Amino acid sequence: MSTVLRLDRITKRFGRLVANDEVTLDLEDGEILALLGENGAGKTTLMNILFGHYTADAGAVQVFGKTLPPGRPRAAIRVGVGMVHQHFALADNLSVLDNIMLGSEPLLRMRSRRQEGSARLLALSEKFGLPVDPDARVSGLSVGERQRVEILKALYRDARILILDEPTAVLARPEARQLFETLRSMTGQGLSIIFISHKLYEVMAASDRVAVLREGRKVAERTTARTTPDELAELMVGNPVTRPRREDHEIGAPLLVAEDVTVYLDRKPALQDLTFTVHEGEILGIVGVSGNGQAALGALLSGVASPHDGKLMLQGREIGGLGPRAFIAAGIGRIPEDRHAEGVVGELPVWENSVLERLATKAFSNLGFVRRRAARDHTRVLIERFDIRGASPEMRVGLLSGGNMQKLILGRVLAAAPGVIIANQPTRGLDEGAIAAVHAELLSARKAGAAIILISEELEEALSLSDRLQAIVGGRLSRPVSAKDANPRRLGLMMAGVWDEMSNAA
Amino acid sequence: MRLERRTSVKWTLGAGAALAAVMTALAFAAGLILAAGVNPLVAYLEMLRGALGSRLAITEMLTRAVPLMLTGLAAAVAFRARLWNIGAEGQFYLGALAVAWAGHSLMSSLPSAIGIAALMVVGMAAGALLLSGPAYLRLRFNVDEVVTTLLMNFVVILFVGLMIEGPMRDPLAFGWPQSVPVDRNFRLPDLVQGTRLHAGFLIALAMAGIVWLIIARTVFGTEARAAGFNARAAEFAGVSLPRTIMGVALLSGGLAGLAGGIEVAGVTGGVTTTMSPGFGYAGIVVAMLAALHPAGVVAASVFVATVFVGADAMSRATGVPSFIADVIVALALLTMLVALLFSSYRIRR
Repeated sequence: MSTVLRLDRITKRFGRLVANDEVTLDLEDGEILALLGENGAGKTTLMNILFGHYTADAGAVQVFGKTLPPGRPRAAIRVGVGMVHQHFALADNLSVLDNIMLGSEPLLRMRSRRQEGSARLLALSEKFGLPVDPDARVSGLSVGERQRVEILKALYRDARILILDEPTAVLARPEARQLFETLRSMTGQGLSIIFISHKLYEVMAASDRVAVLREGRKVAERTTARTTPDELAELMVGNPVTRPRREDHEIGAPLLVAEDVTVYLDRKPALQDLTFTVHEGEILGIVGVSGNGQAALGALLSGVASPHDGKLMLQGREIGGLGPRAFIAAGIGRIPEDRHAEGVVGELPVWENSVLERLATKAFSNLGFVRRRAARDHTRVLIERFDIRGASPEMRVGLLSGGNMQKLILGRVLAAAPGVIIANQPTRGLDEGAIAAVHAELLSARKAGAAIILISEELEEALSLSDRLQAIVGGRLSRPVSAKDANPRRLGLMMAGVWDEMSNAA
Repeated sequence: MRLERRTSVKWTLGAGAALAAVMTALAFAAGLILAAGVNPLVAYLEMLRGALGSRLAITEMLTRAVPLMLTGLAAAVAFRARLWNIGAEGQFYLGALAVAWAGHSLMSSLPSAIGIAALMVVGMAAGALLLSGPAYLRLRFNVDEVVTTLLMNFVVILFVGLMIEGPMRDPLAFGWPQSVPVDRNFRLPDLVQGTRLHAGFLIALAMAGIVWLIIARTVFGTEARAAGFNARAAEFAGVSLPRTIMGVALLSGGLAGLAGGIEVAGVTGGVTTTMSPGFGYAGIVVAMLAALHPAGVVAASVFVATVFVGADAMSRATGVPSFIADVIVALALLTMLVALLFSSYRIRR
């Protein structure tokens, strides 16, 4: 084996923050190297330096023995480095082929050589087992397909080293498994791969070697076969982490009840005949493969969408469709699925975001004027209590990391001591430390008697937190099963829509 | 080289950026003045003298700044909430027409303070009403308000023409197309004797303060800002988008209508179809120069008024066409956009 890529003592500072501190990394020919680290550990920065998006303050990048000029993505592409970003860089309105050929041809060529391009794309697609339709529009593709297009885009430019930034963040479990199989077969064809991740199980499953970054420093390198998830977790976080566990306790009276609720979005039924009950002190887990109605369920339970049929009742009072403000006033705390799109207004400061939901209440306004001191004091308490790192009341929320933003949203919800909590994918994209913190908060709210609906695509999470579970498939809910009777295999079947024969077990 | 978002922008940096933008625009325009065969320093000195050189000049300049300040506020309020009100010109004219009509029809025995207050309300109401239509269409049918507000300008000006040729024609104007005038009793009092500067200047300043208070300190203002930046998150947090957008529309339209009303009650007396040299459109430039901040609007309207009033004087003294004023204002808008970029981002290598 020979070294195809070497990062030599890379250092990068943003102001006072040291994002990368003398990081040295080698990639061997034909291996899959996982770059593991929490959010903000400097993984993405390092890869952006490698690809030339950023310029390092010190250190050098060597590809196939040659040093790359800093700050030139084009040079990186020329020597065969391809990067697949976490957020895809595809033009929605163009076809797959257009997207792939874009920028690969001389600007002044009279006619685009689409025939050759198409043939070449299909050959690559065949060779690496990445099926695509060259003429399909990107806007019509699923996330998994888009990722395939991104990978093909890199291969089309003769990439021999492929870098993937959190490739599974947007994928469901089966898609992720398929992706890793593809990556494995690609190494057989002579490619070398680096992928960035903070998920332990996929690092264990898919890599040959792991480099762990923490606070900008490379703290360890391990051969995957000779390490354990526990060791990696500890290396990544710096101290042993364990997710909190649910303790059995008595559940109380029914609080939030849905009876045969049907919701239409865009004139199509998004949810049909939903029936569920969640009690005081209980966590009801809703599991399912992404895209099976979770978004509509979240919208219904946060008051954004109205039921067209059936009843949604809080303590016997009909509340369906009363709107977000009425839901908040009724003591329903909502954690939205997408923090950036729904959770916060990135341009506004932390303090305005932390009171936005309850701005019109007496606590934070008087005669239509905002009680700024009260709001700021409240925000400081939230920052302290929920350990929102790096936050100050005046700072723009958009500058917080994903985990800290989620803690702010969680804090905003929990500070109001809600009777009901709707948590829609509450730990999506978070690292181990933040996940443990979010779980602990949800469990302590449960202990305090809150009724919690947890909508999650993470099976481990749903299993470890929920008292009862229901699967959502195609906008319909299965009968509930209690946590005692649930296991990953059974839930897997339920998520695939196989639940009728075991309905009497519930 | 790449751009990096600054974590926070101090107001001194923002103000400095605006100043730098204006200086850069003046430097570019100096090239044109030079091309016209005049020493730019001389020309700019004449401009300053024309706008600030005497008591009369200053009051003329401030008189010109009043409608700009109000239409600038109208644009700033709307743009902050991402309501693209391009119709301040129409709202200005409708406000002016309504005030002329009311000011002519009110009983002249009414105490003048009450009459004036009523006229201001009438002007605001007319402008607010005019913008509520496009706002409703946007909320109900998702009709693009850029198109509707812009086109309404032409409709309103034709309507003004119709009214001042017909039912509201001033019989004492010897066939000149002008509306009936506001009763003498309800004209805005002069602020400085013997000049045209009127009490509307104080009203405009007060409005800037009130608008700042609304934007920065009230629940409505905070919700409107949230809705402007991220409508979905605002809605999720319980902000009623229809109510907020409609509230913003009424405020914005009202300010532009007030601009027209004040111009009639303070300067012209009656309405003509040429009474606004594009105050509504210039308000957009003023708002952008001000980075949508009310205090900035006050400064920017004074700057734009200085350029326009000063350019006339410069033109008389040096022979450089007064169109240079339009060029300077347009350049300032462009340089300001660049300055905004550099004040919210920093360059990194």
